[in-house]
Amino acid sequence: MKKLLLILPLLACVIAIQVVCSSTDTLYYLTQMTMSAYYSLLIIGLCVLMGYAGQISLGHAGFFAIGGYISAGLTTHSLIPFKDNALVQFLDSSGLLLAGQTLYGEELLVVSPGLACAVAIIAAAVIAVFIGIPVLKLKGHYLAMATLGFGIIIYRVVLAVEYFGEADGISEVPAFPLFAGLSVSGSFGDRVSNYYIAWGILLLGLILLLNLIDSRVGRGLRGIHGSEEAADAMGVHTARFKLQTFVLSAVFAAVAGVFLTHYNGGIGPSEAGVMKSVRYVAIVAVGGMANLWGALLMGVVLNFLSLRGVFGSYDDAVFGLILIVIMLFAPNGILSISFRHRLMQLFGKGKQKRDGEA
Amino acid sequence: MKKLASKFLMAVAAMSLFAAPAMAETIKVGAILAATGPASFLGGPEARTLEMLVEEVNAKGGINGNKIELIIKDSAASPEKAISFAKQLIEEDKVLAIIGPSTSGETMKIKNICEQAKTPLLSCGAAEVIVNPVASYVFKTPQKDSYAVKKIYMEMNKLGIKKIAVLAGNTGFGKAGKGQLLKIAPEFGIEIVEVEVYDKKSNDLSAVVAKIKANKEVQAVINWSIVPAQAIVPKNMRQAGWDVPLFQSHGFGNIKYVEAAGAAAEGIIFPAGRLLIADTLSADNPQKELLMAYIKNYEAKFKEPASTFGGHAYDAFTILMAAIEVAGNDRDKVRSAIENMKGFPGTGGVFTFSAEDHNGLDIDAFQMMIVKDGKFVAYEK
Amino acid sequence: MFDVGRSSFIFLTKMTSELFVQYLLAGITYGSIYAIVAIGFNIIYNTTGIINFAQGEFVMFGGMIAITLLQFMPLPLAIILAVILTMIIGAGIEICFIRWLKAPSVLRLVIITIGISILSREVAVHVWGESIRSLPYFVGNEITSISILGARISPQVLWVVAASGLMFICLGIFFKTTSVGREMRACASNRKAATLCGINTENMVTLSFVLSAGMGALAGCMMSPITYSQYDMGTGLAIKGFTVAILGGLGSSGGAVAAGLLLGVIEAFSVSVVPLAFQDAIAIAILLIILFIRPQGLFGSKEASALKEF
Repeated sequence: MKKLLLILPLLACVIAIQVVCSSTDTLYYLTQMTMSAYYSLLIIGLCVLMGYAGQISLGHAGFFAIGGYISAGLTTHSLIPFKDNALVQFLDSSGLLLAGQTLYGEELLVVSPGLACAVAIIAAAVIAVFIGIPVLKLKGHYLAMATLGFGIIIYRVVLAVEYFGEADGISEVPAFPLFAGLSVSGSFGDRVSNYYIAWGILLLGLILLLNLIDSRVGRGLRGIHGSEEAADAMGVHTARFKLQTFVLSAVFAAVAGVFLTHYNGGIGPSEAGVMKSVRYVAIVAVGGMANLWGALLMGVVLNFLSLRGVFGSYDDAVFGLILIVIMLFAPNGILSISFRHRLMQLFGKGKQKRDGEA
Repeated sequence: MKKLASKFLMAVAAMSLFAAPAMAETIKVGAILAATGPASFLGGPEARTLEMLVEEVNAKGGINGNKIELIIKDSAASPEKAISFAKQLIEEDKVLAIIGPSTSGETMKIKNICEQAKTPLLSCGAAEVIVNPVASYVFKTPQKDSYAVKKIYMEMNKLGIKKIAVLAGNTGFGKAGKGQLLKIAPEFGIEIVEVEVYDKKSNDLSAVVAKIKANKEVQAVINWSIVPAQAIVPKNMRQAGWDVPLFQSHGFGNIKYVEAAGAAAEGIIFPAGRLLIADTLSADNPQKELLMAYIKNYEAKFKEPASTFGGHAYDAFTILMAAIEVAGNDRDKVRSAIENMKGFPGTGGVFTFSAEDHNGLDIDAFQMMIVKDGKFVAYEK
Repeated sequence: MFDVGRSSFIFLTKMTSELFVQYLLAGITYGSIYAIVAIGFNIIYNTTGIINFAQGEFVMFGGMIAITLLQFMPLPLAIILAVILTMIIGAGIEICFIRWLKAPSVLRLVIITIGISILSREVAVHVWGESIRSLPYFVGNEITSISILGARISPQVLWVVAASGLMFICLGIFFKTTSVGREMRACASNRKAATLCGINTENMVTLSFVLSAGMGALAGCMMSPITYSQYDMGTGLAIKGFTVAILGGLGSSGGAVAAGLLLGVIEAFSVSVVPLAFQDAIAIAILLIILFIRPQGLFGSKEASALKEF
């Protein structure tokens, strides 16, 4: 519970950023803050999987893409040609379809974003279960390879299937109306509300995960990370815990994919690429594997800088460098105690200690 | 002493403030290009071309005395970055117009953003959907792929080729071209009997070539791609001892691809802008002078052969500069200036825009070419 | 999109013997490329238990350096020098990033080598640019081909096949008969015991990186005329090489060659049934299925993979 109170300062920060941006006429920063919030949602999910359950996943961009692509496909591709299909008629009569027009006056009948979102998330969860059961039996390099392979298959599929737009991806994805006039869209007028929607979802996700790692499941998970055999012997349902965490993190990724796709108004195959998955793992590693706050902080900061183009043509190089440096010098993340200790050693205090040792 | 200095500074500041309206301003132009990443073979030459051109313009004193400030953002061909950068350029940097993105997929993602923000966008993406349906602020400089398809099919009709195979790269360029090839084929009485899509990172394509070769109906192959891997197709075809005519797209317009395919490139027929055969154009051709200058300057500066890809950025930039010259630093006026531009020579052809045509090039922008002795030459039959 | 029914019908009726051989030869081309990369993986895995995700970058460096050197010297010399230079790069990487880590976890090593691979790629793009290059064909040119049972193939493929075969044999001899080779094997089976016997295990690890970099570089030179060399060719090759290494049973060179050829042939024949665009997805799906039912690989035995014996 004490940990949950830490949410309040974070919430205050979120509000403060908006207030400062509004008053200094720099609201445009919120665009990238919103996008980073969605990526961070995926990252904290992955953090629990990697840091607490100890399972690496080099395929999480795949789940993000499943969410984003299914939602985009359903809300964009017109069902007019299938008008006479019984299922389409049933959905239409239950109010789950939206009729409208394209920007250029073409008749349009698409699945409503709410239903599309539900389908996308359920699909991601189901795929995660089917993939998770065999994959999570693997360890070490085999696990890395299997998850990497899963990511590549998703990438290949979105790149090869016409429904998903092949290399162009899907464009002109409509806004996602939520409730009370709020809607997830990238239009310039909706920026502040979207900033709060994104951060609201992220904070909800964070609260959920903080609760989880403090619960019996969380203790069990940490047991798995320490020694799977020991945890097993203590009566922890290791296989089930691992699978639950895997599915949960996949759902987080899919939710992030759905919302970011509606916010951006489109999605492309680069979102499913191997480099994306590697990037997410890098950010979790930098934040500290078993450190939700570190992962959140790094997720927001690094994505924000990258999306603003701060790294220019060296974007990938910067991530590669961060990855190596952190793994060499601070394998527990930059917020870890050992790293802080080492830093302190470097700046001043180290001298005394070395004297003492001598 | 200090006080005096600060007073002096204040006076200078006040004077410059007073004089500001009469003085030259800086016009900001944004560019979103895939300078690195999977489409860097497009974005690289485009970014270098823009850097060179902006230097040239500013060295001459800018446009109407206004310096041009170019802000190039590297999207690495990721749509989400292109979206973020487009919003950033429009609101934060308040650019007059945006050049790019390099790929059609990215362009389609920011088409509506630019339309909503009333900011002119001059895309270097090839797909026709960028300008069809027309969005009032969105233009594109690469030639329409449907014209390239028609050029190829016209040539096939002359050669009496009826049944063909299509191989396309799995990029936006390949996808759009494959669509047009399939759509237009019936108009020319051509039947496509085999279609395959290959990966942009392919190592070898001999298996798929063997598959197509086994279909004895195939009289010619069209290899539609813009990625370096397209040079593998002619090699594998010739190695398999298969010598049917090979047609390629305007995405072949880079002499490096010919070098990569070596002897196998001989006899490849393809449509492209006249940049590739600039030295053989007659002196009265409106494109001759600018093409020669562009090629000379680019090759001297970057020590690599100029390609039609860089030419797309060249056209976008020069069109924009010409529009600024008449319309000044105003998004709406620049937009209508571009729309009203007539007979403007560029590297891709002679541009004539209208409210219905935001590409501005007609089918004559393409010239059929053939590879002969490792060089591009005009194909006359 | 999928038209499996019709295609497989064609597959059954139209598969002439010439086409069959042509697919087979294409499969051997892919397969020997994959195998040659996978062998490099195995050398490092055997002495250290590390999967070096930067293995593909050794292949890239080999090809790119040889192409650059070719401007100043004849082809054989350029290749030899490129292999040596890449070996030095390999040693440098091991000394800078791996050597001084104390008992690092697998996860940490995976991430470090991924980082090295990204950095190598970035270095390459800023040194050589984004354009493609290639070495000339060793024999003949782009259109030369030789006929085998009615099918045709580029002679360069034979070079690649011969090189991977030669590597496989030389490595076998090296590990079985030389004292350094035996010391490396000792490291592989039990690092602590090897240290107690007076073997400098750290040097053995460096040596394995050097060897593996050399193998990768040689592979890069051999395949450059076929596949071209480009700064970002490494990732795709590494994934395929890794797939093959696991299929063949991690650490087994013979397994790598067999699995490489098998995967290559499957990929080549898959073209006749499924659209080419799904080729990679199929290769990876096969890998996943095998991982699920036989994690020790097709040709690896459980005991052998536990011993990590070469």
